[in-house]
Amino acid sequence: MSAPILWIAIPFITGVLIFLISSERYSAWVGGGVSAILSLIAFFIPIDTALLIGNVSIKIAPAIQFFGRSFELNTADGLLLAIVYGLASLWFLGTEASGTQSRFVSLGLMIVALLTASIAVEPFLYAALLLEVAAMLVIPLLVPPYQKAGQGVVRFLTYQTLAMPFILFSGWMLTGVEASPSDLGTTLQAGVMLGLGFAFLFAVFPLYNWIPMLMEETPPYATGFLLWVLPTFITIFALGFLDRYSWLRNSSQLTSAIQFAGLFMVASGGIFAALQRHLGRMLAYSAISQTGLILLIFGLQSIQMVNLVFLTLIPRGLELAIWALSLSILKREAYSLQFSDVQGLSRKYPAATAALIFAHLSMAGFPLLAGFPSRLSIWQSLTTDLGILFWVFVGMFGLLIAAIRTLAVFVMTEEPGWELNESWVQVTMLGLGVSGLFILGLFPQILQPLLSNLPSLFERLSQ
Amino acid sequence: MLEIVSWIAVVLILATATAMLIDTDWRINLGALALQYLAMFWLVTRHLPFAMGSAKLITGWMVVAILGMTRLGLTNVDDEEESFFSQGQTFRIALMGIVAIVTVGATPSIESAIPGLGLPVIAGGLLLIGGGIIHLGITTNVMRVILGLLTMLAGFEILYAAIESAILVTGLLAVVNLGLGVVGSYLMLAGSTPLESEEDL
Repeated sequence: MSAPILWIAIPFITGVLIFLISSERYSAWVGGGVSAILSLIAFFIPIDTALLIGNVSIKIAPAIQFFGRSFELNTADGLLLAIVYGLASLWFLGTEASGTQSRFVSLGLMIVALLTASIAVEPFLYAALLLEVAAMLVIPLLVPPYQKAGQGVVRFLTYQTLAMPFILFSGWMLTGVEASPSDLGTTLQAGVMLGLGFAFLFAVFPLYNWIPMLMEETPPYATGFLLWVLPTFITIFALGFLDRYSWLRNSSQLTSAIQFAGLFMVASGGIFAALQRHLGRMLAYSAISQTGLILLIFGLQSIQMVNLVFLTLIPRGLELAIWALSLSILKREAYSLQFSDVQGLSRKYPAATAALIFAHLSMAGFPLLAGFPSRLSIWQSLTTDLGILFWVFVGMFGLLIAAIRTLAVFVMTEEPGWELNESWVQVTMLGLGVSGLFILGLFPQILQPLLSNLPSLFERLSQ
Repeated sequence: MLEIVSWIAVVLILATATAMLIDTDWRINLGALALQYLAMFWLVTRHLPFAMGSAKLITGWMVVAILGMTRLGLTNVDDEEESFFSQGQTFRIALMGIVAIVTVGATPSIESAIPGLGLPVIAGGLLLIGGGIIHLGITTNVMRVILGLLTMLAGFEILYAAIESAILVTGLLAVVNLGLGVVGSYLMLAGSTPLESEEDL
């Protein structure tokens, strides 16, 4: 058995089979179970290392050839796969609780498999093509057959498609830059191409307008999944670029540009979140703000960059899952996520509203919650530049204000008494998620086994 | 002789891209897209083997067929968009003229920067990219956005074929083109059919 078959082909085929044969009732359990098993295999069985179990020797080969190109997952990728499939299993297991359509699991598995292929393909530039295919597979999740497509979906598709040519061209130009680093013209062109490509992929200001639109017009759980899965793999893709091309790492202009873009996203995301009256749009701007934080980390030029990125990405998966699940539950009751429609819902849906607030606070970096350790590390890394620190604070403060406003709207009612209208599955999933937020916030060291080996994925970035 | 045919392909690209920008009839638009793929096939085979170029042509025509069959089955037409598109044709012709002028200016300098691509290949690629981006900039109609994306990608493929000939890339680009066709059809159909069951509610 080879690693690409195990973590790319098997989940993809499982997704197809679920789509074709599985009933709605079991798809969440099958998809979640397969993802959890793949995560555990990735965590416990090292790739390309022979294991002797009794008389049987097991070895997962790292690579396969496909159309003359190699798909390769090395030992260092194991922990990354464990994280990705672990978080994916949470999303799939939450499907039933969110009331999302059954094809979420099948398409979700295919998307995760394709994105895993994007980190395995050699030359790694071809990942841009796989990211585009994955982005297209997201569309049926976002637009149910009975709903007219909105502008957010069309913009999302347009921006993701525009990114691909820029990345592919820039990759070709970068090889030229590597061959003759003194050629400033080619270097500048390659940098601009690459910057534009990643600006579209990361939805850098002003290209992030599709995210709030999408949160308004599409199912929140599916959009939350999109906001988790695509930026995660795009971040890994971007780290791959920084790791391979030394001039990218060492270019002070590029670093400043990345840092400025990130800072603008953090601050504007936080400020806009504080001004919203729609819970979905609030999530959108919080996600934008967090993507900005990741870009800000890219600009730090610190050997801790990889650790900081994953310390931000892992809680993000959990926060978005809880937030999106809560929104799905509330949307079934309120139909719209406008403040006027969700006012006083904490009395009817205490578990969903409480989980939403905790997820929101965690994203704002509130102490004791999962987002806090990464924010603390980022603030410590930024102590030399008070200007940047100020704007990061503004962004986080904006998110905090948004959380307080949401809380105020939820409790704003004159109705006496409390009801628990969530199902036991919903309460269990939300309870587990919120417990996870507190555990990661109170004991961040439990991520240490994962984080300690991840820098080996990007060796040059960690030196 | 081959060079002349290549320039004819470039002229065909300019004509089809302009027709797609100014004409409101979806049949003419899809016909223009099919012709565009024919011109693209010729320019791509300047650098890629015939079989790989044919794969791009067949993929393109499949996309045209997918979009055409979907549009044929649609009964509720977006009249507002159609009426919007019938206005400002002079402006759109002027935009295409600007793209043509930029192409004329940029083609020789790209040829000198990347020797061996060939002037018709660069010109054809740039015209399609420009035409596609203009299309994306002036409309929000799903079918027209898909046409714009396909046009832009066709231009990119012409240029990229000259620098990358891997089978995997050709295959994945074919998947992307087909995917855009299928996604475009899905988005056009979404909301146009009644709910099938109570569960859909």
